[in-house]
Amino acid sequence: MFLRLVYQSFLRQRRRKLLAGTAITLGVAVATAMIAVATDIGDKINHELRTYGANIVVYPEADTLDVEIGGVNLKPASDGAYLDERDLPAIKGTFWRHNIVGFSPFLPVHTKVGEADVELVGTYFNKELKYGDDAFRTGVTITHPWWKVRGAWPADDSDQVLIGESLAARWNSKPGAQVEVAGHGMQVAGILSSGGAEDQQVIAPLSVAQDLIGRAGVVRRVLVSAMTKPEDAFGRRDPKSMSPADRDRWYCSPYANAIAYQIMEVIPHAKAEQVRQVAQNEGVVLSRIQGLMLLVTLAALIASALAVSAAMATAIFERRREVGLMKAVGAGNFSVGALFFTEAALLALLGGVLGFVAGVGMAQQIGRWIFASRVVVQPVLFPVVLAVAVIVTFAGSAASIRRAVQFDPAIVLRGEA
Amino acid sequence: MTRRQMFLRLLTRPTLVRRGRTLTALLAVVVAAAVATATLNLYTDVQAKLHQEFRRYGANVIVSAKDGQALPADALRRADGLLAGRGIAVPFSYVVAKTDDGAPVVAAGVDLDRIRKLNSWWSVSAWPSGEHQALVGTRAERVLQSKQGAFTLHFNNHAITVTAAGTLKTGSGEDSRIYLPLNEFVAWTGVPASTIEIAVTGSAAEVSQAIAQLSAAFASAKVEPVRQIVEAEGRVLDKTRLTLLASTLLIVLTSALCMLATLTASVLDRRKDFAVMKALGASERTVNAVFAAEAAGLGAIGAVVGFVVGLAIAFVIGKVNFHAAISPRFSLFPAVLLGSVLVSLGSALVPLSLLRRVQPAIILRGE
Repeated sequence: MFLRLVYQSFLRQRRRKLLAGTAITLGVAVATAMIAVATDIGDKINHELRTYGANIVVYPEADTLDVEIGGVNLKPASDGAYLDERDLPAIKGTFWRHNIVGFSPFLPVHTKVGEADVELVGTYFNKELKYGDDAFRTGVTITHPWWKVRGAWPADDSDQVLIGESLAARWNSKPGAQVEVAGHGMQVAGILSSGGAEDQQVIAPLSVAQDLIGRAGVVRRVLVSAMTKPEDAFGRRDPKSMSPADRDRWYCSPYANAIAYQIMEVIPHAKAEQVRQVAQNEGVVLSRIQGLMLLVTLAALIASALAVSAAMATAIFERRREVGLMKAVGAGNFSVGALFFTEAALLALLGGVLGFVAGVGMAQQIGRWIFASRVVVQPVLFPVVLAVAVIVTFAGSAASIRRAVQFDPAIVLRGEA
Repeated sequence: MTRRQMFLRLLTRPTLVRRGRTLTALLAVVVAAAVATATLNLYTDVQAKLHQEFRRYGANVIVSAKDGQALPADALRRADGLLAGRGIAVPFSYVVAKTDDGAPVVAAGVDLDRIRKLNSWWSVSAWPSGEHQALVGTRAERVLQSKQGAFTLHFNNHAITVTAAGTLKTGSGEDSRIYLPLNEFVAWTGVPASTIEIAVTGSAAEVSQAIAQLSAAFASAKVEPVRQIVEAEGRVLDKTRLTLLASTLLIVLTSALCMLATLTASVLDRRKDFAVMKALGASERTVNAVFAAEAAGLGAIGAVVGFVVGLAIAFVIGKVNFHAAISPRFSLFPAVLLGSVLVSLGSALVPLSLLRRVQPAIILRGE
């Protein structure tokens, strides 16, 4: 009898059920989409923040002081220590290798280009490297996305160079022209515009710079671009003073300091530290944007919950005649309540499943539209959303059900309530 | 009873008699209007807030003297005048000085109070507070090899003796330098400020405008945006804004649809009133007018209450997330009011047009 009542109610009152069901589906869909986007936006924005460039710098521990003004290094090339180029791929072998977006080695040398004394910087442009079985590409095209090149990027291990914008203007050089670098003829692949010191430099493949100073396989400095977790009080602590358990937790969190620490472990005689301008500020910006999305999501959740409750309340209020009839033929408050709650639960489950599917679709659409990548939807979201849908639907119905069963059947049936 | 009084009575009595239903419908309108107001207000104001956050990255414009020249003596004052509070300008001057044992080190003169505001990411153990105090980069400290005491720097046969007030750590070039207060630096070296780093607050358009103004003011200097900072900011901001826009659209749409559903149900529920009025001889127009006026009134009241609630929500979000109030945009009110009234009217008139085709007698018999 009970099942028959539920079944018939869904069959006969299709319009009302559709209205309440639509409200639940919509509410759940928006809630799902917002939660999915809000939980994933940290990763997405972190990726975008990498446009600020490297957040970790690696240099030789025994290096002498840089004497540099406005990007011009006045330190003699023979001075100071070097890192070994062969050690670098190990950066991709650290615990947080998947968080390391890329790295670029740099080797600045003073040289003569034509008649002028300029600084030539050797680096990777988009070099293919291997660590173990993992092949990957890295270089300034990844770590310095604000560098713009008119013409073409040079190939790594070639005799092609980039000429900084200011130099190019002074020399009147164009892509494809020939220049003489310390007596060797080289081709200008492109003109570099960076808005920084590089506009007055010549950028060449790393091997060219190494040949110029006659030391194979050396680099002066490596800039690493990594996705990090905003630094908190725990992240700032010194690992040496931690208990073993704390140290493990610190080591396994992608703090800029922890990643720098792991880089020091794999590169001998190196010192790695965070570039504070980039590393410190991205944490703040990231947490602000995440916080904003979280609060907007909260507002969306409250709105959806209230909408679902309102829809359920209306749906039940309309059916007080039915309640009166049931009570008139002898149904107790309990069985009436059970009937309504069963209906509400069925509606919530159905609307929840449909809404979840629609919400995931919406989240993917937003991800594709804005970030051109997939939004990761945590599977645990499904049961959570369903449970919340059922709870909200129950809560929305409870007050109206209580009111409905309290009416005197005779009055309701006479249509005077 | 005049026609007008009757109309008013028809309008007000049902809402008072059936308070429960009216409140439910009103709640739907208020929630929809509040959420729409809050998210729209956030959307319009959050960019300014985020621009403020992005200024933590430091300067986005650099004014530098062309090769071998100095900036005009009143450059800083002029830059301050141009900015007029829309940013902060910090003058720098650099030389390569020698320590007592002849090691080269870059010494910089800077306005310490201003740099402290500009570069909040500088990790400084103690800021200089008195005269003849310097800020020493962590790597430069090793060259000095002084034990917490005074050290002497030489430039062009002039020497200056200062004490290290604290150390500076940034992870980039600053670590290799020694920073002195600008006036002491100029008195020592005779080299005036050659660079002004400026953090201009505001949108990309406002920054470009400031760059244009500065270029016009400093014809003999180079005025350039810091591309690394400006481009990244634009990108991150764009994505955030679009995400917020998508969320806002989604939320406003849901609120409107749920409001529509609730109000439609409440009008359909009153089909008996509709039938009675028609059976008593009311014209189609009068009946429509009664229901439309009721819906519009509900929409307007809900919009007003919802607008106030929405501003409050936006305010709280601003306080919690940005530690600054989101300024209320009263210009949003007409849009919210209009949207709310339109949705209410729509949700009343759609079911009415359905009911119009049905005979009053059929509705009254309960079929």
